Amino acid sequence: MDRPLTLFEKIWNRHVVTASADGESLLYVDRNLLHEGSFLAFDLLRHAGSRVRRPGGSLAFVDHFAPTRRVEGDRAAAIFDADGRHVIVELEKNAKAHGLEFFGLDDELQGIMHVVGPELGLVLPGLVITGNDSHTCTNGAFGALAFGIGQSEIKQVLETQTVWRSRPKTMRVRIDGGLPARVSSKDVALALIGRLGAGAGTGYVIEYAGSCVAAMSMEARMSLTNMAIEAGARAGLVGPDATTFDYLSRCARAPKGGDWHDALEAWKGLATEDGAGFDREVSLDVNTLAPMVTWGTSLDQADGIDGRIPQPADVDDPDKRAVLERSLAYMGLTPGAALQGIPIDRAFIGSCTNSRIEDLRAAADILRGRRVRVPTLISPGSMSVKRQAEAEALDGIFVSAGAEWGDASCSMCVGSNGDLVASGRRCASSSPRNFEGRQGIGARTHVMSPAMVAAAAVAGAIVDVRML
Amino acid sequence: MEPYKGLTAVAVPLDDANIDTGRIFPSRFLRKPRSAGYHNFLFRDARFDEAGSERPEFIMNRAPYRPARIVVAGANFACGSSREPAVYALVDAGFRCVIAPSFGEIFFSNCFRNGLLPVVLPAADVLELRRQLHEQPGAQMTVDLDAQHVSAPDGREYRFEIDPTRKLRLAQGLDDAALALAYLDEIAQFEQRHFSTWPWAAPRGNGAHG
Ligand code: SF4
Repeated sequence: MDRPLTLFEKIWNRHVVTASADGESLLYVDRNLLHEGSFLAFDLLRHAGSRVRRPGGSLAFVDHFAPTRRVEGDRAAAIFDADGRHVIVELEKNAKAHGLEFFGLDDELQGIMHVVGPELGLVLPGLVITGNDSHTCTNGAFGALAFGIGQSEIKQVLETQTVWRSRPKTMRVRIDGGLPARVSSKDVALALIGRLGAGAGTGYVIEYAGSCVAAMSMEARMSLTNMAIEAGARAGLVGPDATTFDYLSRCARAPKGGDWHDALEAWKGLATEDGAGFDREVSLDVNTLAPMVTWGTSLDQADGIDGRIPQPADVDDPDKRAVLERSLAYMGLTPGAALQGIPIDRAFIGSCTNSRIEDLRAAADILRGRRVRVPTLISPGSMSVKRQAEAEALDGIFVSAGAEWGDASCSMCVGSNGDLVASGRRCASSSPRNFEGRQGIGARTHVMSPAMVAAAAVAGAIVDVRML
Repeated sequence: MEPYKGLTAVAVPLDDANIDTGRIFPSRFLRKPRSAGYHNFLFRDARFDEAGSERPEFIMNRAPYRPARIVVAGANFACGSSREPAVYALVDAGFRCVIAPSFGEIFFSNCFRNGLLPVVLPAADVLELRRQLHEQPGAQMTVDLDAQHVSAPDGREYRFEIDPTRKLRLAQGLDDAALALAYLDEIAQFEQRHFSTWPWAAPRGNGAHG
């Protein structure tokens, strides 16, 4: 009998165009997703005098520089600055010139590439997907091998629809148990990185498995795979199952009719087989998991809401102690202080981690009938999500609570569109990264789930959403 | 791409762990074309204050380290965002080698496409290198790709491992994309096979909406 295979191996084996004996394989790319930053790749393509080999294989999304506000109903008029306008126009020009499908500012489907691709059914199990963005790993929730690449490689994908890759190692993370009330897959992702370390996944593709993952919705799975890169892993996967198929059956651009039946047959054979081997196995029990909050400038600097800021004096290794001291100085935090009660200056709900309809529902559950104490911006991941939220009257809840309800954008996750956190200010954020300067020069970011951000906004401080 | 030659140059220690690509190349400059001079944006917010004056406390601003062409950094260097401008900025500022206990994976592979050599050494060795570089500001190190070792200021040699394909491409200045272009026939044959059994996997239409 053949050796049992993992999901990763099946996708990899299927996509090898040619393998060199001593290392790298040429891997076929089914879909390539691009945002405004791709202008550098198109410049390289132009300089090489090259062209796009398969225009249908790449799609272009305006997200990083998309405004959340409007000027008299006009989105384009609200673009932050001339450079931002320029890269948006460049993306459109490049997409049109090379025949790529383009999701521009006035498109009713516009949104963050990692939100729009999946919700339209452009991302399918078994595919290889690249993107000029590290959070391309989000798409792995569908059982696709999806990873971010740099601009030189994007240029190669545009020219050849392939990338060179050496085979990564595999890690299976078994997440078992039932999530307590108001604890979400974002908390699972943070707990996992806290346990493993921010670089532990380097060189690995992670497969998330176990009863907790099996019970998660597609939205929850996407928040989990989205954070694979924050554990250092370029790609994270979830085996496609009935939840995946059910979700895709409702997507506008997923296969239909006879194609759907063929696809379903193929997808059912993708799951990791019993007895298949992984290079590393890790497990996490979530039955008693508390909501998580990051306190530092790296994603592994996180703790449950009942935790305290660590004491550098307790760290023996001088190198590690220096790193800790530096983080605490940047974050303006006192060693030993409780996480609960740290005052915040503003709140952000959005980003490719947590801007889908379930995230907005979780935030609305907290904000219903309450008022926020700090400026709070809510940016849906796509205009489709925005319409759905409005159909469910969530926008009314947000606005009544005093939050700002914006358009779809990466927004305050990275501030490219001008939604910045001022220097020294502290932001509770549902985004994936708490790095120095991420939300603006000198900005202090505490990453947490959308429900926890909503609770912090209401309290004006970091609090336990379970106590509200 | 130019073939990678070994180098002997000043090395600068960066002690922090988890220095992400956003710190190396802040997001707000991602809208700039490379012709804007990406070396200007390298570690921008660490190098300059908000008024645009150099921060004297930042190590790269100290005279002995200014000619540096090698970085010796903490663990998980250049994690985070996939932005290749982090590599461009280092290269445009003259850097040819980064040594660290571990790297963000996307940065690591971007390096090879731009003639920047990322060297992984055990954490204890990297710590020792940084100790020497702090003790002797402006000290030089040697990087030998062919022999796969770097030499510390004190002369001790540290061997490093490198994927043979990557080593060859770097040493000969071979361009990955050009190498892939040699396989266009195989790629076309692959597509025929792939999409004949998985027709649903083919990109469906284009410009089909709105
Ligand atoms: S929302 Fe944030 S993390 Fe996601 S793609 Fe946009 S900038 Fe990157």
